[in-house]
Amino acid sequence: MKNNARKPVAARIDWLVLFLYIILVLVGVAAVYSVEYTSFSEPFFNFSKSHMRQLTWFVISLIFGLIILLTDSKFFYSVAYLLYFIGLLLLFATFAVGSNVKGSHSFIKFGSFSFQPGEVCKLFTALAIARFLASSETNFKTLKDRLIGTAIALVPAVIILAQNETGLALVYFAFFIAMYREGLPNAILIGGFLIAGLFISSLLIKQWPLFFIITGLALLIVWFGRRQIRRSPLLLIIVISTWGLSVLFANVIVPFTFKHVFHAYQVERIYSMLGQEVPEDFLQPGETPQGISDYNVRQSKIAIGSGGLLGKGFMHGTQTKYSFVPEQNTDFVFCGIGEQFGFLGSAGLVLIYLVLLLRIIYIAERQRSTFSRVYAYCVASILFFHLAINLSMTMGLAPVIGITLPMLSYGGTSLLAFSIMLFILLRLDADRQMLIR
Amino acid sequence: MSSINQNPRPWIIRLVFLTLAVILIGRLFEMQVLDNKYKIMANDQAIIKKTIFPPRGIILDRNGVSIVTNALTYDLVVTPAKIQDFDTTSFCRLMNITPNQFSETLKKIIARNGPVRPSVFTPYLNETENARLQENIYRFPGFELRAHYSRSYPAGIAPHVVGYIHEISKRMLKMPRYSSYQSGDYVGISGLESVYEEELRGQRGVSFIVRDVLNRPRHEYMNGELDTPAIAGKTLKLYLDAKLQKLGETLMQNKIGSIVAIDPKTGGILAMVSSPSYDPALLSGGDFSKNYSRLSQKFTRPLFNYATQAQYPPGSTFKPVDAVIALDLGVITPKFGYPCRGGYYACGRRIGCTETWAGHAADLELALAWSCNSYFCDVFRRIVDAQQWKGGVHEGLQKWHDYLYSFGLGHPLGVDITGEYGGNIPDSAYYNSVYGNYWNSCNMVTDGIGQGEVTETPLQMANVVAMIANRGYYYTPHFVQSIGGNPRDPALAKYLIKRQVTHVPYSVFTPVIQGMEDVVKSGTGRIAQLPGIAVCGKTGTAENYGIINGQRVKLDNHSVFVCFAPKDDPKIVIATVVQNAGYGATWAAPISSLIMEQYLTDTIKRAALLERMEKANTIKNYIRVIDSFQRQKDYMRYMLKTANNRTRDSIRRQRDTMLVKQILRDYYRIKIPKTSYLKAIQHEE
Repeated sequence: MKNNARKPVAARIDWLVLFLYIILVLVGVAAVYSVEYTSFSEPFFNFSKSHMRQLTWFVISLIFGLIILLTDSKFFYSVAYLLYFIGLLLLFATFAVGSNVKGSHSFIKFGSFSFQPGEVCKLFTALAIARFLASSETNFKTLKDRLIGTAIALVPAVIILAQNETGLALVYFAFFIAMYREGLPNAILIGGFLIAGLFISSLLIKQWPLFFIITGLALLIVWFGRRQIRRSPLLLIIVISTWGLSVLFANVIVPFTFKHVFHAYQVERIYSMLGQEVPEDFLQPGETPQGISDYNVRQSKIAIGSGGLLGKGFMHGTQTKYSFVPEQNTDFVFCGIGEQFGFLGSAGLVLIYLVLLLRIIYIAERQRSTFSRVYAYCVASILFFHLAINLSMTMGLAPVIGITLPMLSYGGTSLLAFSIMLFILLRLDADRQMLIR
Repeated sequence: MSSINQNPRPWIIRLVFLTLAVILIGRLFEMQVLDNKYKIMANDQAIIKKTIFPPRGIILDRNGVSIVTNALTYDLVVTPAKIQDFDTTSFCRLMNITPNQFSETLKKIIARNGPVRPSVFTPYLNETENARLQENIYRFPGFELRAHYSRSYPAGIAPHVVGYIHEISKRMLKMPRYSSYQSGDYVGISGLESVYEEELRGQRGVSFIVRDVLNRPRHEYMNGELDTPAIAGKTLKLYLDAKLQKLGETLMQNKIGSIVAIDPKTGGILAMVSSPSYDPALLSGGDFSKNYSRLSQKFTRPLFNYATQAQYPPGSTFKPVDAVIALDLGVITPKFGYPCRGGYYACGRRIGCTETWAGHAADLELALAWSCNSYFCDVFRRIVDAQQWKGGVHEGLQKWHDYLYSFGLGHPLGVDITGEYGGNIPDSAYYNSVYGNYWNSCNMVTDGIGQGEVTETPLQMANVVAMIANRGYYYTPHFVQSIGGNPRDPALAKYLIKRQVTHVPYSVFTPVIQGMEDVVKSGTGRIAQLPGIAVCGKTGTAENYGIINGQRVKLDNHSVFVCFAPKDDPKIVIATVVQNAGYGATWAAPISSLIMEQYLTDTIKRAALLERMEKANTIKNYIRVIDSFQRQKDYMRYMLKTANNRTRDSIRRQRDTMLVKQILRDYYRIKIPKTSYLKAIQHEE
């Protein structure tokens, strides 16, 4: 095993991950090409076309990857915090110099090149969390360190939320998966699910019935647990405070957020996903439902569903090719694959992603250093969140939240961010026998 | 690696990842494999079915000269129910109409065809409109451009023969023949266009086209595997000779009447002129209604086909037919003569004869050559009063009628254009009804010289001469030689049957034809002589009457001439009628002769005669008067026919008004003064 470290980096990197990465990027280029393709007479090498741009970004990403592979793995450990703070500064900078793209204020423009700090900040946050958990002073069993970890993950999320990029902000919750691996209590995840459940039921059930249901549940718990409560009155306090918090959340916070924080289109998307009309209570004054908010999802479902078992064949999609699906190069890139390659192709793609995720977990678990392991988990979690939200959205299982499909979606920043993320993982994995401090 | 017991959390995370994959794949399976609705929805929004209209078959003359061809034109078609988010102002600017006109037209269309069916919004777009719309049509959902072929007439001849096409009417749509048509389709209305509609229309194609989100067609669906190609209509090749037809139309200008020229060996019609004629292009294109009403209001009735719809007394041209019947029955021999000195008196009244010199009816040939009325009155009476008729004159007349019926008279021949009339040959039943069984051969003796009750269309006149020229048979006259290059097309089957006339032997025709040759050689029709060609003919001067101010008035005679040539190998048969022009020899004979000369020698040497005939105007002023009386009569008849409906409607309206009045008075206690409700009705109307 010791000999391993002396071998060149090329011999020590995980070729499977690299292989899957390249396949996914090329599938993305093909998807973009097939949608924009009009006739054979057009030259393939046309740099005004999206597929050539994406290929260019792929080459840039590979160059970055090469540089990363030639860098010392300790470098990433040492600059983790620095990068994190640079990331935060960039996020703040968008408020000052950011330009408005599609209603969100999260892009920085350098000439014709626009760049989204939120995408890159994921990577920095992953490094920072890895470094924090790997440091010898950190004891993740203490509440203080758990709160610090949470803060590292959520500070960028809050800033991004303020920039109106709900989807991107949501991704930062992915770090809880990594932190869960490192010892975050089960209760937090259970609590998270509870809040999600409460959130959805507060949308589906009217306020007063919901209040009675929550109260009834609390009373039932008190009744069945009356012996334990008699033994320790603290439990009663916990139950009552949980009840109070639930009622506060369901009857005050959710309606408030819907009325005053969310935009009308976001409210409509969430309700259309649940198959409901927006209730009058949640309509913001002066705004009327547009009634077309499910157009994207409907077209996306039609495109994917019409693919059938084997698909319509490469470049023979009708729905994606003729622009029935909005944003079909970026967030809805999966539609093109679903339509052209059918169930076999799209399920195959999901399986490729699954193999990639499981491989990263495998890589994570074989690391000697905590830094590398936590980082690997962060990467897996980010990929997982992106996949879960993006694919569910295109299939009509989740509300439409602008979030890319890793490696496939058209867009330079996104591709570059995921590439760097994976190449750092490969670099760290190449030194898996080392203890990086 | 850690095992589950050491630390279950990596495994829980793996399980979460796996669960996501299972959920996503499950959802994909449901959407793509189990559920069919997305495929249907995709096809509904991305694939449009487009009907491809094939070019209509063209019509050529016997030498391949185009008579009718196609020109591609576009109609703007609207489906009112599909109009949405409509940008009326830009549409109106594009079409150069006011928004008011737009809504009025749309309202009219909805009232006529309903909102769901596609109807023509603007027919026959001109080039600029078309170009502008082609680019912008996707901006106006509900509107589409429909290409169709409109007819063009390079030769500008024979409008009555080829007929015209027009948008199919509501009434036609209900007929079983047109069950496969839709509102807005073009269909042959008359002439060859209507009779050969099935052959000319071709077969419609369907193509499935993928469109994009802006409704613009982009490419064929499945590379056109499901498409059916449009099959072009078949070409009709006619017997008609465009040159001959043109000459005929020039000769007949400023005259009312017609020329029919038939090739007796095939029954093929070489020319059919109906005069006055009109430019066939008038009834093709955007100004159809205007032109149609203008043509139909002319007192000379150019839309009327004088060759197949006008029924004239044949006059003396009927005499050879009488001779054939009499010879066949054996009631006369070719040597039979009649001592005519200018009149026939046997029936107690004088029937005049033009010739008064003795011996002009010494035998059949002479009688034909000099067209002796007395002779043929006698022959007619010999036919119907012959001894072999046990039933007397009733049976005799019926036999005479049966002969003529088998010669193609008294019933429509079945020519391949629409609206043919049958002429009239009276039978015994008719005279029984007129005279109540008590009648004899004197009552209808003028029938024998082609007057009285006998009428024929010019086409029938030509056909019966063709029968004589052929010595006993004819082919039903028809225009079409081959359909799509096939002369044995099933649609032509009935024209390939030789119509052998009832048991008339060949020998009977020899003296009759000889007599007809003498007509031209030395008799009344000498003007029709052609050097070196044995022309046979028969002049006719048909007496006729019109009704002016309710009185039956004798009008100028119709000038009639029938002829065929060459005598022993007949190549052309011509019948010419010039209405109210006078003697057959003055007008109809020279016109026929010129046509014959053109056809047989391909030149016309008698330029002076040609010029005189072309320039002559024989239209009499009283035609205008007769026409206006006729129209008045038709209008009265129409009003009488619809009187019931109009009365019913007015009663209904009155009843409704009274009901409203009553309700207002009883329930709302409002009294309406008489005058105001009258105003209300008037306003309503």
